[in-house]
Amino acid sequence: MPRRQFLLLLLPAALFFSAFFLLPMARLFFIGASGESGWLAYLAIVTDANYFRALWTTLAVAAVTTVLTLAISSIAGVFLERHRFPGRAALVAAMTLPLAFPGVVVGFMVIMLAGRQGIIGEVFTMFGGERPIFAYSLAGLCMGYVYFSIPRTILTIMAAAEKLDPRLEEAARSFGATPWQVVRDVILPGLRPALISAGAICFATAVGAFGTAFTLATRIEVLPMVIYTEFTMSANIAMAAALSFSLGAVAWLALAVARSASGSTVAAAG
Amino acid sequence: MQHGRFLYGLQFAFTIAVCAFLVVPVVMSILAGLTVNYFVGLESGLTLRWVLEVWDGYRDTLFLSLGLALACLVLTLLLGVPLAYLLARSRGRLARAIEELLMLPVAVPGLATALGLIVAYGGLAGFRTSAAFILVGHVLFTLPFMVRSVLAVLSVIDLPTLEEGAASLGAGFAQRFRDIVLPNCRNGILAGALMVVTLSMGEFNMTWLLHTPFTKTLPVGLADAYASLRLEIGSAYTLIFFLLITPLLLALQALARPRRTVFAERDPSAENDS
Repeated sequence: MPRRQFLLLLLPAALFFSAFFLLPMARLFFIGASGESGWLAYLAIVTDANYFRALWTTLAVAAVTTVLTLAISSIAGVFLERHRFPGRAALVAAMTLPLAFPGVVVGFMVIMLAGRQGIIGEVFTMFGGERPIFAYSLAGLCMGYVYFSIPRTILTIMAAAEKLDPRLEEAARSFGATPWQVVRDVILPGLRPALISAGAICFATAVGAFGTAFTLATRIEVLPMVIYTEFTMSANIAMAAALSFSLGAVAWLALAVARSASGSTVAAAG
Repeated sequence: MQHGRFLYGLQFAFTIAVCAFLVVPVVMSILAGLTVNYFVGLESGLTLRWVLEVWDGYRDTLFLSLGLALACLVLTLLLGVPLAYLLARSRGRLARAIEELLMLPVAVPGLATALGLIVAYGGLAGFRTSAAFILVGHVLFTLPFMVRSVLAVLSVIDLPTLEEGAASLGAGFAQRFRDIVLPNCRNGILAGALMVVTLSMGEFNMTWLLHTPFTKTLPVGLADAYASLRLEIGSAYTLIFFLLITPLLLALQALARPRRTVFAERDPSAENDS
């Protein structure tokens, strides 16, 4: 592409991005060091036991969320893309409806599922069991993030499944491959770029979001909640800034690793 | 194909179960918003009282969120589609770096982006108190979704060959962009638009810090309601949100119904709707 065209296409986005993201972030970076511990604030996430524990909790929740979301969405997404049956369109519409739900609403949905009046509890007591209330725990938060991520992941998987070449699967079948072998050796490699990019977004969202935790509140010590508390309750904007950068760095690293993995596959394939 | 039918049934049941997981709490919350007293149950009767109460108190948040989402869509289309094309065409180191950079507002917690905007522009009172302040945050956050969604579609087609073919027939850049690039990434643009509008409508992480008492968006109002008002009002507010978002989503989904590749095992006569 000619250099002039390249710059012309790049310019609007570049200007917007520099003014409203790079510049503010640079300022925030220096503010992070303006607290009483100076630049050491940037190490607090590993040196301070409380922050460190919150970091591990956050990462664990995000990892579990990502694995569950990808597994669930791949099965449902490929199925919905491949088969036509009465009511399919309504089913897809229903499953992508929660795409529009903010984290706060998702938190409310978790309360509807697993809260004190939740349907899961109702079902359990109907069969004579204990009423499980896990909406306000890490399990509830995880459930919320899975709920949040399934619709958009299914859309990505469906779009990718549409582009898969059905002839490859037929070829595999005609050579005697079992359904499981077709999934493992043909469909999954074909979906790999979509899985990696959807998974990376899912992970980053679970790490940085706080709407759901904000609604479920009380005992959930994930980093975004810690940052919010530092900023509002303690008015410690320096520590909030430093922690945000640490958290952002972790999430960015996950995304970068995921992208270089998917990038190399794309290159190898084509 | 006994085995095939069994697998089909299994996947179908699984998909239905996932759908139930997503839809059941929505139905419950709708009912809660229309029930006189949710803790008593539906026996207490149905009412629109809570919905009207929310409409009176919070309808401004609805209009603000709608306006923001549309403005956000226009901006991400203008900024994002050319950028996605650029990234699809030049897979060099610079393109990778740009893609990396662009993802940062998603990777960095929304709280941090909001803090950054506040420390950088909080002093400009006219800007700080306007809805544009929130819009800027929303565009930063949604832009990568538009770009990636378009890019995902563009990178599986052989764009250079298609464009070269068109160029050899005398098509200029603008014509190639309009007649080859845009139709090919139609699904990507629609999926991206769906994401941008819905993400903007629902954005809370940044908006919670960026909003002022005069620029409350819908999710901010919802968080208020969940925290301080009774369950029925929170549910009624959520119901209004559902009413707003559902037609929008259905319309976008209808638009996004793509031309299909015909699979060999499928009945071709079922495909003539495209």
